[in-house]
Amino acid sequence: MPTEEELGLLRAMWRIRVFEERVGALTRTNEVHGLVHLSVGQEGVAVGVCGALRDDDAVYGNHRAHGHAIAKGAPLASVMAELMGREGGLCRGMGGSMHLVDVAHGFLGATGVVGGNVPLALGSALALSLQGGDQVAVVFFGDGAVQSGIFVESVNLATLWKLPVILVCENNGFAEFTPRSAHTNVERVSDVVSPYGIERETVDGNDVVAVRTTFERFLAKARAGGGPFLLECLTHRLRGHYEGDPQHYRQALADEEWQQLDPILRLQRRLGVEGEKLEAEARAEVDAAERAARESPFPPPSLTAELVYAR
Amino acid sequence: MAHELPYIAAIGEAIAEEMARDESVLYFGQNIATHEDDPFLKQFGADRVRVTPISETAEIGMAVGTAIAGYRPVVELYMAEFMLVAMDQVVNEANRFHYMSKGQVKVPLVLKAGYGFTCGWAGQHTGTIYSMFMGVPGLKVVVPSTAADAKGLMTTAIRDDNPVCYFHHYLLTLEHGEVPDGEYAVPFGKADVRRAGGDVTVVAIGWCVDRALNAAEQLAASGIEAEVIDPRTLAPLDMDTILKSVAKTGRLVVVDQSTRHGSAAAVIAAEVASEGFGSLKAPVKLVTALDATVPYSAPMEEYLLPNETKVVEAVQQVLGNAPVAA
Repeated sequence: MPTEEELGLLRAMWRIRVFEERVGALTRTNEVHGLVHLSVGQEGVAVGVCGALRDDDAVYGNHRAHGHAIAKGAPLASVMAELMGREGGLCRGMGGSMHLVDVAHGFLGATGVVGGNVPLALGSALALSLQGGDQVAVVFFGDGAVQSGIFVESVNLATLWKLPVILVCENNGFAEFTPRSAHTNVERVSDVVSPYGIERETVDGNDVVAVRTTFERFLAKARAGGGPFLLECLTHRLRGHYEGDPQHYRQALADEEWQQLDPILRLQRRLGVEGEKLEAEARAEVDAAERAARESPFPPPSLTAELVYAR
Repeated sequence: MAHELPYIAAIGEAIAEEMARDESVLYFGQNIATHEDDPFLKQFGADRVRVTPISETAEIGMAVGTAIAGYRPVVELYMAEFMLVAMDQVVNEANRFHYMSKGQVKVPLVLKAGYGFTCGWAGQHTGTIYSMFMGVPGLKVVVPSTAADAKGLMTTAIRDDNPVCYFHHYLLTLEHGEVPDGEYAVPFGKADVRRAGGDVTVVAIGWCVDRALNAAEQLAASGIEAEVIDPRTLAPLDMDTILKSVAKTGRLVVVDQSTRHGSAAAVIAAEVASEGFGSLKAPVKLVTALDATVPYSAPMEEYLLPNETKVVEAVQQVLGNAPVAA
């Protein structure tokens, strides 16, 4: 019999999967407009990490952050309303897909420029450590961010100041439209940071239990005053870089190959669970979120000029 | 009561007073607090006063993160150009988080940057780059020209809930002035009419304010009364005071050390052309740096920059006393 915790992991991954597939469909009818990056295939990382955290832990996501926000507790209806540009959205339609923020749930923000979010999490970690609590900061980034100067600067500063931050790399082998081999000779991100003496581990990111187990080990140490840590999760981005990406740069996985990788199917096989009921539950929740988003009005255009400065 | 201080010390006084008043104020920077006698380190401790590696993107980004988390960091950048290394954090992260989060977070951050060091520092440490930031939504831009304003605008910058680019002029560093004792805050968006006059409005920015005041004295000797206005902050920009003055004088000269096509002067001239055209009796004149990199050699450096003579000539031109062709 699967434990309630194991079922919780499955449920959380299904919610993100069904939500994002719905978002993909809504981009094709232009009800979700603009640039949208889906994380289908990578749900094991978001769920493995965020599900272990509390609301008072700070998380930063990147341009592919729907899953991060939802796993951290952002309500589906508010995320959907944001993606549809509605008043009821997490950010009243000011942010959209790449800039979700839900402070109440400790999702401090997603940023659209690759690598730009990494030092923000260092700032959160410094603030949390100055306040003397046991909270931690976590930042998600892809393997593409690792080649940017800001990443190395941040690893240096985090290790120098021993900040309680856990750097979570979703290594899906592609930096936007380009394979990792065209970006660097260093195959593993955990090798890039080795001179800094940061405690690190590379796990199978499509094994949500492995992600959770390793992350919890780092988390316990960070809560006790340790840090920083780097968790590299090897994963697979099933869809293109963005919705509409023709993906000329790679061969699609065969269905059988994908079924071996899919973090949801893998956990179901391991637990001996059929997914239909969990998927249907997620679908009902996403249906309700979509309905609520549709009912939410568009924000007043005058808001555009009102929020430029904090008062 | 007031005391006399160099411009740079007035800035430090404001930072120290705000750090004493508010524990959430932090101070980061390269080469600060590197010895135990450092006054900031001694008074406020190593948690709040931190030397950083030469990593502007991580340094500014980390400061943005502490601001989002509720602190009020001041980042010492020394040369304004070093901010350019971290442009994404300055113009695409710090300034946008409040807005894009519908106001869920605030980013009370001060980026303290020296500029305009035109005394042989050549091409990469001399730029007058404040105008690059004045049109960036969410940023505030501060350009003090006196020791008193240097203190008062820093106090306001630290207390402001938005990211503030605080540009202090390196050639004013050791200029002394009377500085009010104790807490002193100069509001943003309030220009200072430094000299009243009815014949011509001269708007001057930062280091150029003193050049304009000197020019005004020369002009007064020949019976021309210039009104000299120091905007003090470029974002927000007090166009009301400028437009009122132009309505009175009908003539405008704008003096700015920036490159002409990237200058605050061009923005001010455009606003007056758009909103105050009916008041103008003559074309607006800009006295700016040339659209060129600052050269090393002294005579060329001088050739490039605005000075008193160029301001006097421009005023004579808008008054119709000299040919308009430059």
